[in-house]
Amino acid sequence: MDFISLIFSWLNDQLLKMDWLFNLIKWLTEDVLGLSIQDKVGGSLHFFIYDTIKIFILLSVLIFAISYIQSYFPPERTKKLLGGIKGVRGNILGALLGTITPFCSCSSIPIFIGFTSAGLPVGITFSFLISSPLVDLASLLLLMSFFGPKIAIAYVIVGLVLAVIGGTIIDKLKMDEYIEGYVKEIEDVDAEIEEMTRKERITYAKEQVVEIFHRVWLYVLIGVGIGALIHNWIPQSFIETAIGSGNPFSVLIATVVGIPMYADIFGTLPIAEALFGKGVGIGTVLAFMMAVTALSLPSMIMLSKVVKRKLLVLFVVIVAIGIVIIGYSFNAFSFLLI
Amino acid sequence: MIIKVLGTGCTNCKKLEANTKKAVEEMGIDATVEKVSDMKEIMSYGVMKTPALVVDEKVKIMGRVPSSEDIKKYL
Repeated sequence: MDFISLIFSWLNDQLLKMDWLFNLIKWLTEDVLGLSIQDKVGGSLHFFIYDTIKIFILLSVLIFAISYIQSYFPPERTKKLLGGIKGVRGNILGALLGTITPFCSCSSIPIFIGFTSAGLPVGITFSFLISSPLVDLASLLLLMSFFGPKIAIAYVIVGLVLAVIGGTIIDKLKMDEYIEGYVKEIEDVDAEIEEMTRKERITYAKEQVVEIFHRVWLYVLIGVGIGALIHNWIPQSFIETAIGSGNPFSVLIATVVGIPMYADIFGTLPIAEALFGKGVGIGTVLAFMMAVTALSLPSMIMLSKVVKRKLLVLFVVIVAIGIVIIGYSFNAFSFLLI
Repeated sequence: MIIKVLGTGCTNCKKLEANTKKAVEEMGIDATVEKVSDMKEIMSYGVMKTPALVVDEKVKIMGRVPSSEDIKKYL
């Protein structure tokens, strides 16, 4: 058993955490450039180079693997799978399918219209819409790389629970009438789902890597830059006062700051990592990440085209309250995870 | 043959349109390539992820941009 766990931890350290890269960049910073990584300049330089390369490697490998899997689950198929399932089981399935269906905020409107016109209850659609940006296979592996398996699995579980509960509440409050009228008038059509060949799936996965790379590289650099600033330049005392464990409002602040921000998990992680390194509670860090990925101004503007204000506000409030509760619970029980 | 490219104007939709036109040209077939950007019309094909390629009112490709070589087999 010891031998197996040794292999597992070696794989985790080298492949996911990329210790080899950490040491390589350390050597580059210290021996080639002559800067100690204990210093501000050397430390932030090391953080910036190491994190940027690590994220881009993970991004390429993960997006490729995940896109290949996702090519089996186009939204048109998800719609069919969800049809006819009522109640909480529908919410659970909606949340689970949200993790494997390819999604970006630009496709949320056609997905919303497609699901609604197919007669899916609005609560199930929202379970899908909450879990889709919040939890996916990439976030699980990325969190493992940055924070270890326990926190990664806990994040995925609470993310799914939030999607199920959020959707169920929207269902129970009978929010159907707050969908814009024209959405319901659109006729439901089932597109015939094309079966791709293996070669086509590989090409699709490659294209996804290129496309997502184009879309997120700037956010990643900004995220890593902010992370490097937090890591070495912003005084510990400032961060502790603002969102440290001593401040009872820390989770609330992190959530409110994160909500309007638009970035995906690749850009958010380096900031989260640096905050965590500065001693910010894990619940506060996760609340920030969830707020950034699950809610953003662009996605709210998109949704406002298909639902009336009351439902939009309710959606934001439910998700925000859920994130705050998750944040405080993680802080309270963090001793179990770290 | 009537070919329609469904998309709301994203870069991928333009790429699919260009690849389709190239495929049509190279095959030398008699076909018109139309662009459909109205959301209601796109949804009327049951497509939820753009871009999509419709050949003679049948959806052939959804949510991806194949090369002009790959498109040829759908025409």
